Amino acid sequence: MGDENNWLWSNQETIPSDTAEGQRLIKELLTQLEIAQWGSHETFGIHLAAEEAIVNAIKHGNKQDPNKSVEVDMRVAKERVLIHITDEGPGFDPHAVPDPTLDENLDVPSGRGVMLIKAYMTEVEYNAKGNSVRMVKDRSEP
Amino acid sequence: MSDQKRLRVSELDGVCVVEFKDRKILDDAQIQEIGQEFHDLVEVEKKQNILLNFSHVEFLSSSALGKLISLDKQVKQRDGHLKMSNIRPEIMEVFAITRLNKLFDIKDDLPDALQAFRG
Repeated sequence: MGDENNWLWSNQETIPSDTAEGQRLIKELLTQLEIAQWGSHETFGIHLAAEEAIVNAIKHGNKQDPNKSVEVDMRVAKERVLIHITDEGPGFDPHAVPDPTLDENLDVPSGRGVMLIKAYMTEVEYNAKGNSVRMVKDRSEP
Repeated sequence: MSDQKRLRVSELDGVCVVEFKDRKILDDAQIQEIGQEFHDLVEVEKKQNILLNFSHVEFLSSSALGKLISLDKQVKQRDGHLKMSNIRPEIMEVFAITRLNKLFDIKDDLPDALQAFRG
C-alpha cells in the first residue's frame, strides 16, 4: 500500500505488556492530534478506541505476560489517523463477542471495548488470527 | 487516608452524593480503587440513595463502565437507588452507543437528581 496520506507524525514501537507504556504512547498520540488540529469530539473517539485496543492487547491478548510485547504503529495526518496494534496472544474472534447492547447483556460488566472501537473509528479490521487490529479514522468534522 | 480516596462523598438531603476526583478514569489500578470505594459505600456504609456526579469526568474507558454497571447492580440488590448527573456530551454519547443510558437513571444536574430522589 502506497503511503499517500502525508503523515505528519508516525511512530512504530514495540512495548512491554504494561499499561503504563500504553498510556505513554496514547499521551503522545493526543499531543499529535492537537498539533494536527483534530477537533475535541473526534479526538475523544480516537483516544477511546486507542485506549481500548491497547488495553485489550496487553490484558486479554498477552495476559500481561512480561515476556510478551505489543507492537504499536500510530500515524497522524490532517485528514486521517491510523492505529495498528498487534499482540502475541492466541487472538480472538471479534464477531463472537456477545452484543453488549442486547437487553439481556446490558448489565454484564465487560465486553464493550470492541464495540466502542467500531463505533468511533471509520474502518476496523482484524487479521485472521485475531491478534492484530488495524483501525482508521477519517476526519469528518472541520 | 481519606486524602487517598478516588471519590469525594457528601450527604445532601439524605442522598449520598459521590464526585469523582479524577478527570480521566482509565487506569487499571485507579478503576479497581473506585470499584472498592463503590463497594464500601453500598456494603459497608449501607448507602441506599446514591448520586454519582460526573461533573469532573472528561474521559472513561469500558472497564470504568464495568464498575458503574456493578455498582448499579449492587445498589439494586439492596433495594437502593442509583442516579447519575452532570454528564458531559462525550460521555453521554458513550452511554448511548452502549445503550447504558437505558440501564442507568440519568439526570441533567444535581438539583434535578435530588428532586427525583424526593419524588
